[in-house]
Amino acid sequence: MSRASWKRLLATVFPGTAWLLLFTLLPTLLILYASFLQRDPHGWLSGPLTLANYARFLGLGPDGFDPLYLRILGRSFLLGAVTTFFVVLLGYPFAFFIARSRHKNLLLLLVVLPFWTNFLIRVYAWIVIFQRKGVLNALLDNLGLQPLHLYPSWTAVYVGAVYTYLPFLILPLYASVEKIDWTLLEAAYDLGAGRVRGFWHAVFPQTLPGLVAGVLLVFIPALGTFVISDLLGGGKAILIGNVIQQQFGGSRDWAFGSAATFVLMAIVLGGLWLYARRAGERGMEELV
Amino acid sequence: MEQRRLFKGKRTRTPGSEAIVRLSGVYKRFGEHAQALAGVDLEVRAGEFFSLLGPSGCGKTTLLRILAGFEEPDAGRVEIAGRDARGLPPYRRPVNMVFQNYALFPHMTVFGNVAFGLRMKRVPEPEVAERVSRALELVDIGPLAGRRPHELSGGQKQRVALARALVNEPEVLLLDEPLGALDYKLRKQLQVELMNLQEELGITFVYVTHDQEEALVMSDRIAVMRAGRIEQLDYPEAIYERPASSFVAQFLGTSNLIPASGLGDNRLRTPLGEMLTTETVSAGRSYTLSIRPEKIRLSRERGPLPNTFAVRVDDIIYTGAENQYLLDAGGLELVAYTLNSDIQEPGFEEFDYDEQIFARFPPENLVVIDEPG
Repeated sequence: MSRASWKRLLATVFPGTAWLLLFTLLPTLLILYASFLQRDPHGWLSGPLTLANYARFLGLGPDGFDPLYLRILGRSFLLGAVTTFFVVLLGYPFAFFIARSRHKNLLLLLVVLPFWTNFLIRVYAWIVIFQRKGVLNALLDNLGLQPLHLYPSWTAVYVGAVYTYLPFLILPLYASVEKIDWTLLEAAYDLGAGRVRGFWHAVFPQTLPGLVAGVLLVFIPALGTFVISDLLGGGKAILIGNVIQQQFGGSRDWAFGSAATFVLMAIVLGGLWLYARRAGERGMEELV
Repeated sequence: MEQRRLFKGKRTRTPGSEAIVRLSGVYKRFGEHAQALAGVDLEVRAGEFFSLLGPSGCGKTTLLRILAGFEEPDAGRVEIAGRDARGLPPYRRPVNMVFQNYALFPHMTVFGNVAFGLRMKRVPEPEVAERVSRALELVDIGPLAGRRPHELSGGQKQRVALARALVNEPEVLLLDEPLGALDYKLRKQLQVELMNLQEELGITFVYVTHDQEEALVMSDRIAVMRAGRIEQLDYPEAIYERPASSFVAQFLGTSNLIPASGLGDNRLRTPLGEMLTTETVSAGRSYTLSIRPEKIRLSRERGPLPNTFAVRVDDIIYTGAENQYLLDAGGLELVAYTLNSDIQEPGFEEFDYDEQIFARFPPENLVVIDEPG
């Protein structure tokens, strides 16, 4: 290659590569390295290298098998999956509703509007709604119904998660729905498909790119959330995100926190890799 | 029909006279003002190649969509294959459609697209495979079965769309400007292939187009539409030779329109002078005379025949096969074509700019249109 084309290559590729190296790869490697270190008495990282953090996470301690963290991890996956399920249940029809509405822009604005307020405040707002003498119970009381004890509870955590992540599904899905070629539905009808099969064969596949993107944008952050569980669970709902946060905060065990982080990341990346391999190159493009 | 055989000797199969599609008094309105169809009556005969021809917005596509079941008429009766089609959803009609932009399913292979209709009808899979491969052979794209639509050229997509509809063996195939997106050469080629296919299969085609040449070349009969109504419905030759209105005369090919008023018998007064026709006209009534450019006879000699008038050559356009003369006939602009043949036939002449010559309008070539000019 000539010098000029080397320069051109450097000018185009370098900024992006440098960014990735500095802000993604380097921190990841640091965490990976830290996960093999130990906590010293002052809460700093120290050698020698060990697998003890991973063993502890997997519950293989000196006192026998204790799947505490695996159970928490499982709980987190359950929260991610259930949240995603309800988000899709609500968001999928809603994306169609927006795309076919005459007030598209207004509805989109309403979807984006919560982002204008701080996330913490929005979660606190749910406390105001759910707490013992909160908005919801006042309403129930007026209707002559029994009050509900929703705060703190897992129900509140789930509601908060669905509420928080709903827009992350709606927006990419809407972009797909907006582009739907409806003549394909007519073609399907024309070829003998009724409403259900017409939708399934002609419309649903066209929404897949947006749906996949939305599901990932919901599932991955929901999996790692700690604010929602912390606030709406009243400190009793422990998820993997809370564990990691504790290790880097109160417990000051960065080595174990790094190991937990890495296990979570490895599972997510492994899942994406499997998906991309199954869906082939096209699937990968859709992901990115 | 006599005339047809004369013009298209190659057509061997004569469509029956039995109607397979029958529309009467069909009205359709979109919103407040848009009157898409304003009372359409027509019959399509079983096995014929029937074209709906007209400019955009004339209602031809709406009519097709009503046949497909995508739109319901506001009023009127639609009958397909002897059955009242009112309220019948698209998936219960014995028709299939070839869409303007093909509407192929992008996530399915060519095979999957063509198999779709059969699978929806739960045809057993071995039979699906056999019928799909036969349909693909029929349109010459057997080897493309495993491709996806985005890997196909426009012409290939067109063939897939055709196979996907034909594999269902519909009673009527609806085609919505299927060749509109293709380049000229390919369009010409596919026109011939479509005609042959239609003749081979004997399926009734209802073909929507705004291309008058396409309609003339392919159709057994043409309905010329304008503003939601059928302006004329007839054989291509009849529509070209005997346009029923000045709109039809101008929409199909080029026509000279001459305002005229009846003098009784077969005589009319025109700006050029008195003309004779083969039809009887009423005295005092306004008419429009239509004559095709190639049917005007030009000569340097006046000659003894009637309807001969002095004109001046304003401009000459050489198009290769013919010379087109723009003529000034006493303030009226006319156009006449002469074949650019190098055979020196008697009467073959070429003319110069500004030359004073004689134009003859043979009475049998003049079409009297009952419309003031």
